[in-house]
Parts: sequence; C-alpha cells; structure tokens
Amino acid sequence: MFTAKILNQVRQGMKRWLQVAENNAADISKDKRFSTVSDLAIKPIYTPEDIKDSDFDSGTGYPGIYPFTRGCQPTGYRGRLWTYRMFSGFGTAADTNRRWHQLLKDGETGLSTAFDFPTLMGYDSDSPKATAEVGRCGVAIDTLADFEILTRNIPLDKVTTSMTINPPASVLWAMYLVVAERRGAGWDKIGGTIQNDMLKEFIAQKTLMCPPEPSVRLISDTIEFGTRYVPKWNTVSISGYHIREAGSTAVQELAFTLADGIAYVQGVIERKNLEVDAFAPRLSFFFDSHIDLFEEIAKFRAARRMWARIMRDKFKAKNPRSWWMRFHTQTAGCSLSAQQPFNNIVRTTTEALAAVLGGTQSLHTNSMDEVLALPSEFAVNIALRTQQIIAEETGVINTIDPLAGSYFIEALTNEIEEKAWEYIEKIGEMGGMLAAINRGFPQAEIASAAYHFQQQIDKKERVVVGVNKHVAVGEAPIELLKIDERVESEQLNRLREVKRARDNRKVAQTLNNLRMACKNGQNIMPYVIEAVKEYATEQEICDVYRDVFGEYQDPGFY
Amino acid sequence: MNSENKARVLLAKVGLDGHDRGVKIIARAFRDTGFEVIYTGLHQMPEQIATTAIQEDVDLVGLSCLSGAHMHLFTEVVRLLRENGANNIIVIGGGIIPWEDIPKLKEAGIKELFLAGTPLTEIVEWVEREVKP
Repeated sequence: MFTAKILNQVRQGMKRWLQVAENNAADISKDKRFSTVSDLAIKPIYTPEDIKDSDFDSGTGYPGIYPFTRGCQPTGYRGRLWTYRMFSGFGTAADTNRRWHQLLKDGETGLSTAFDFPTLMGYDSDSPKATAEVGRCGVAIDTLADFEILTRNIPLDKVTTSMTINPPASVLWAMYLVVAERRGAGWDKIGGTIQNDMLKEFIAQKTLMCPPEPSVRLISDTIEFGTRYVPKWNTVSISGYHIREAGSTAVQELAFTLADGIAYVQGVIERKNLEVDAFAPRLSFFFDSHIDLFEEIAKFRAARRMWARIMRDKFKAKNPRSWWMRFHTQTAGCSLSAQQPFNNIVRTTTEALAAVLGGTQSLHTNSMDEVLALPSEFAVNIALRTQQIIAEETGVINTIDPLAGSYFIEALTNEIEEKAWEYIEKIGEMGGMLAAINRGFPQAEIASAAYHFQQQIDKKERVVVGVNKHVAVGEAPIELLKIDERVESEQLNRLREVKRARDNRKVAQTLNNLRMACKNGQNIMPYVIEAVKEYATEQEICDVYRDVFGEYQDPGFY
Repeated sequence: MNSENKARVLLAKVGLDGHDRGVKIIARAFRDTGFEVIYTGLHQMPEQIATTAIQEDVDLVGLSCLSGAHMHLFTEVVRLLRENGANNIIVIGGGIIPWEDIPKLKEAGIKELFLAGTPLTEIVEWVEREVKP
C-alpha cells in the first residue's frame, strides 16, 4: 500500500519517536501492558508499517462493494439509518403491548421481543417448571390468544419485529404469521427476524430443548419455509452476542458466530433442495458491542469481510446479496455494573457509538438498570434517546466508515480477522461446529476466557469503575421495575380459558399431524401453523418435538 | 492433594435460567482452592437439588438464579433439605437478587447471598470461614 520511500521514512521516524519516548522520564508505559478488554495487546502507536501488506481496494475498499469492510449499503447511514430496535417484554402480553406502543411513540423504529423463561424453554405458564418464572424475564406467551394481545394495534405491514426465541422459534413465528395473515398483512410483505440459532444455545445462551442434530433440522425447515413464503423474513439471527456475554473474547465471538453460520449454510444445502443464493440473502447476524471501543469497531469490519469471503469463496454464492453480512447489535449487558447504575448510561453510550462506527443495521441499547431488573420506563427512554442523539447530533453518520484508513483500526481489523480464521480452521478440522460443540470445544474456550477475565478483575489488573475502583459506600437504591404478583395468576386464568374454549379434538389432530411430519422429515412449519390456529399451546407443540427428537441435558462442564 | 477439612460443595443452577457464566467461574475458583465441587449443570428443579445434595453428602449448596424466580426456588430448596433431615447443609445463593429480598431469603434459611461485583476471594474466604466439613 505504501512506497518503499514512505516506509523507509516511517522507519526512521519510528526510531526518532522511540528515542523521544524512552528519554521521557515521566513515561510509565514501558512496564505496563495495554490491552483490550479481550486481552489483545495494543501498541503505543500505529503507522503505515503496520498495514504495509494490506491492499486498499481488496482490503478496505468501498461500501456496498465486496468484501464490504466498509459496509454493505453503498450510501451507509446517509441512505438508510440503523433501526432503533429495543429488546423489550415483561409480564403479560398486555403489559408488553403497552411498553411497545410507548417505545414506538418515543421513536423506536423496529420491535424486538423478550420472552419469559417458560416461553423461551417451551413450557406453558401452568407447567410446574414455570412456577415463579412467569413474566419475570420477558413476556409470557402460551397460545395465539396471547400473541393477538401482544400485537394489538401494531401495524405488522409497516413495522418489522424481531423475536428472541430459539428452540420454540417455529411456534412463535407461526403465531406471528397467523396474526399477520388475519390482519391482512401478506406474508410477502411482512418483515422481521426470529433468532432461531440453536448452535449458540449449546455454546452459550443455553435455552435448550432437543439435541443439536434435530435442532439444526428444525432450523433448516424454517429457512426453507421463509425462502419460499416469507421472503422478507430473516429466519435466523446467527448470534455472537450470547457467546460474548458468556465470557468469550472478541475474536472468539467472531469466530464461533461465523463457524455457526457456516454450519447452517451447510446444513440447509445438505438437507434441502435449495441453491445457496436462494436463502443466503436472508441470513442475518447479531453481535455484542462491548466496552473496548476500537476492538469492537475492528471486529464488526472484520466480520463483514470474513463472511463475504466465506460466502463467495467457500460456498460459491453468486448473488452479491448472499455475500452481505447484515447485523443487529446489542450493547454489552455483561459490561454493566450493579453498583452506581447511572454509570451504565455512559457505558451504553460508548458501546452504541462503537456499533454505529462499526456499521450495524439495527441497534438495541441497554438500560442502566438492567443489571438489577428489566428496564424501567425512565431508563429505557434514556437508552433510546442515546441512539437518537448519536444519530442526529454527533455527526458520526455524515461519512461512511469514518475510521477506515486509520493505521490502528485497519491493523486491528486485520489482526482480529487473522485470529478468527485460526479458530474457524481449527473448528473445520474438528469436523465443523456441530462436532466442536459435541466435544465441548467452544464451551471450554468461553469458560476459560470468562475465568481469566474475572481473575483480572479480582487482581485489579482490569478496572470496572464503581466495582473494583472508585467504589461508593452506602448507595441509595434506585427505583426498579417490579413484576406484579398478579401476572402469574392472570396468565394461568387466561390459559385455562383458552384451553376450555378451543376445540380440543382439532388440537389433538393437528399435534398428531405435526408428530407425523417430524417423523417423516417433512417441513414442520405448515403443521405448526395449523396447530397454532387451533390454539394449541407452545408447550403442547414443543412436547411433540421433545417426544420425537429427544431432550438435551446440559452436560455441566466448567 | 490433601482434601481433608476442605468443604464439599454442590453448585446448582435452579429453575429455567440458563445464565451459567458466574456459577462456572465459582466452580473453578472453588476447585482451584481445593474444595470438592459438584456442579449440577442447568435447569435443576429444587427437588433434584435437594436429593443430590443429600445423596452426595455435601457441606454446602450454592444456588444460582438470574431469572427473578429466586424467592420461590431458593426457599424451596432449603425447605426440602430441612424436611428431609439435612439440617447441617448450609445454603448460599447468587444471581440477580434485589436488595430488599435479601433479608427475606436469610430469614428463610439462605445463609448468605453473593451478588454482582463480589470478588471471588470474598466468596472463597467466606466458605473457608463458615463451612466446617
């Protein structure tokens, strides 16, 4: 990228700088190691020397042009701003519907659904496993009746909805499709995302149901169904967020996410009669935006470049849209502190900035009280305003990929990419992500990284303000969102009523048909849709899956 | 390695909550200290935990819950242990637990709660002090 003359000048210049730096008696940086939150060592300065082997055109390039380091959209945020998509849900469907309307009124531009643990795990509110859990971490959805309330007065033809749901993704998606259809929002028009990424569940998020193999089969079914009937829907959100939150480094987050993506693409190609270009454009991703500003920006840029290379060179995709990596980002929950929670506003702000400078398509910003409870109205409002201020006031959207060309950022992007490829190759040698998961490889890497990080915190090698440095004594508690005790009983009453009013014979029939489809290898979606229409419960449908495919138990490694 | 007089600990994820980063770190720290650690893995119901604790004859049960269901789940584990005669097994907990729930949990028999931001050394030292095998 640079002429020999320039590089020579740089080398001379570096010698001069080193002398000046070493003669500076006040400098203490010689003995101290400066590193990212992922423990990647960072140099004092970066120069053309650090990127001398890079090529501008093929490495950095231009937005909208392969390999998309600078973004997938040619005109960046100037052409299309990222979506303000706040993850939310709590209590009953009515509670969440109210919060959704408030958020839309406050200016969010996309919806994102947080479900409670019973729903996430495929249990109904009346399951003994659901005791005390109903509506606490998200909204309780048992049947289509709940979903109808959840989406009341929401224009499904105008706004896109993301649903963080994994083993029961087919069920919740079916509910959405049925409600949309009944309201005249055609399947060809509606847009949204189901997370539906089981591989990262085994690795990190741990909402588990069936073993890996049948889980990938169910995902292939949803991808196929979406490809044919719901063309604007992102049927998987291949996620790194949870991997990072479980304690991985940035490199691991990137590598494991891409390896999961490779496994899904391979999974669909092997199981379905689909060309890669038919479904690849609708694969989407989901990353964490952690506290180290520059590491995250470099990570996002490396991610786009790597996926483009994987899709074009490994899977031979021809459609440029197949090479695009579109992603949602959430600021890092694990970076927030329970102590001095107002500090979290600052953390979320810099993390949001990193995501924007990294070119995210969609963004959720955490509320400052989320270490303690689900977001209060007060806190979530600030989180949303954070995005709006970044977009409207700071000027960072004026130019596309503003940090391109920075010696530091380009060098860091290269380094993160290089280290991520090492992991991907290693996983490839193991036989792919499914094999790696069965061996416990990514899980072990994450547990080690998490332990290492905690030790650094305990030794004060790494600082978290308010937690191990600048600690306050006797903090006044802040007002938190409380989940009403009535939520569980209300939900149980509604469920009881739905079960009483529905045609239980028809429900049994649809469940039986689903069971046959599962056994015969047919695409399960049409059968789930039929069951959902008859107000079969989420657990009733998931019990069919558990019955046919078996249940997976977390092996409990640490 | 001499593990006499070192605590025998059961660490458990109780309920549907799958966030296991913290409990795994504690498992490693306890193991590195020399405690005998049994980790149940995820999605354990109170009955399973109580049964395992008694079967494994542990000195200490550590419960983790970040889903907000701790009041019911933690107290249920204590109740089942006591009901089955395990009066000497100490129970501690951690996770996402509001300050105001702590006195209620302690009243119900949870000896101590260790919340977000607690250094590992503090937890290890507490166990070494309070848990006499």
